[in-house]
Amino acid sequence: MDHIFFFYFAGVIAVTSLLVVALRNPVYSALALLIMFFHVAGLYVTLHAEFLAAVQIVVYAGAILVLYLFVVMLLNVKTEERYHNQLPVAGLLGVMLCTEVILLLIQSRTAASAVPGDPVITSGNTETIGEVLYSTYLFPFEVASLILLVAMIGAIILAKKDIGDTVQ
Amino acid sequence: MAVPLSYYLILSGFVFLTGVVGVLIRRNIIVILLSVELMLNATNINFVAFSEYFHNVAGQVFVFFALTVAAAEVAVGLAIIIALHRANSSIYVDDLNLLKR
Repeated sequence: MDHIFFFYFAGVIAVTSLLVVALRNPVYSALALLIMFFHVAGLYVTLHAEFLAAVQIVVYAGAILVLYLFVVMLLNVKTEERYHNQLPVAGLLGVMLCTEVILLLIQSRTAASAVPGDPVITSGNTETIGEVLYSTYLFPFEVASLILLVAMIGAIILAKKDIGDTVQ
Repeated sequence: MAVPLSYYLILSGFVFLTGVVGVLIRRNIIVILLSVELMLNATNINFVAFSEYFHNVAGQVFVFFALTVAAAEVAVGLAIIIALHRANSSIYVDDLNLLKR
C-alpha cells in the first residue's frame, strides 16, 4: 500500500518537474510546478510530516506560486521559441550526473535500502516540531525572521519605480 | 511494507537534476527561478525522508529554514526581474550582456 502511494506521488513529481523545464510557455511551467507542490505535500503526508505538508501547500502553492504567476502576467511574457545555446553542455552534464547517481546507488544498494523502525515520536507532529523549533533552534528561527525582513525591504526597494531616479 | 530510503533519494536526485538542467537550458529568467524552486524542493524531500528514517525532527525543522530562504529568494528575485524588465524590456538571459559590451 505504501508502495502504491509512493510510486503515484513520485511518478507525478518526476513528470511535472520535467514539464516545468520542458514547456515553453512560462504560465504552463508555473502550473506544472503547482501540481508538483501538491504531490510533494502528499509525499510529506506519507512520511508522517503532516504539518510540513500543510505548510507546503499554504506557503509554496498559496504564496510563492501566486507571486510567480502575478509577475508572469505583469510582464506579459511571450512563449520561448528556442532553448539556450548551452543546451549540449547541459545535456552532457545531466547525463554525467545521472550516471553518477545510478553508479553510486548500485554500489551502495545494501546501505541505502534501510527501512524505518517504529516511530518514537508519541505526541503529534506539529507539537514535536514546535518544541524543537522554539528550544533547540530558537536562534536560527530569529535569524530567519531577519532574513524575511531584509528580503521584504529589498523587494520593495528593487521594484519601486522612481527610486533609481532619486539616487541619481 | 515500508518504502526503502533509497527510493526517496533517487526521486530527489532526479528532481534536483531536472532543476540543474532547467537552469542551464532555459533563457527565460522566470523559468530559471522556477527550476531553482525545483532544486529546493528536491532537498526538502531529502530532509523529510531522512527525518522519518532516523526519527529526528531536526530534518523537518531545516525544511522550514529552507522554506524561509526560498520565500526570501522569490521576493528578491522577482523584484530584480521586474527592475530588469523595466530597464531592458527583456527577461531573456542572453539579452542581458551589459558587462560584455
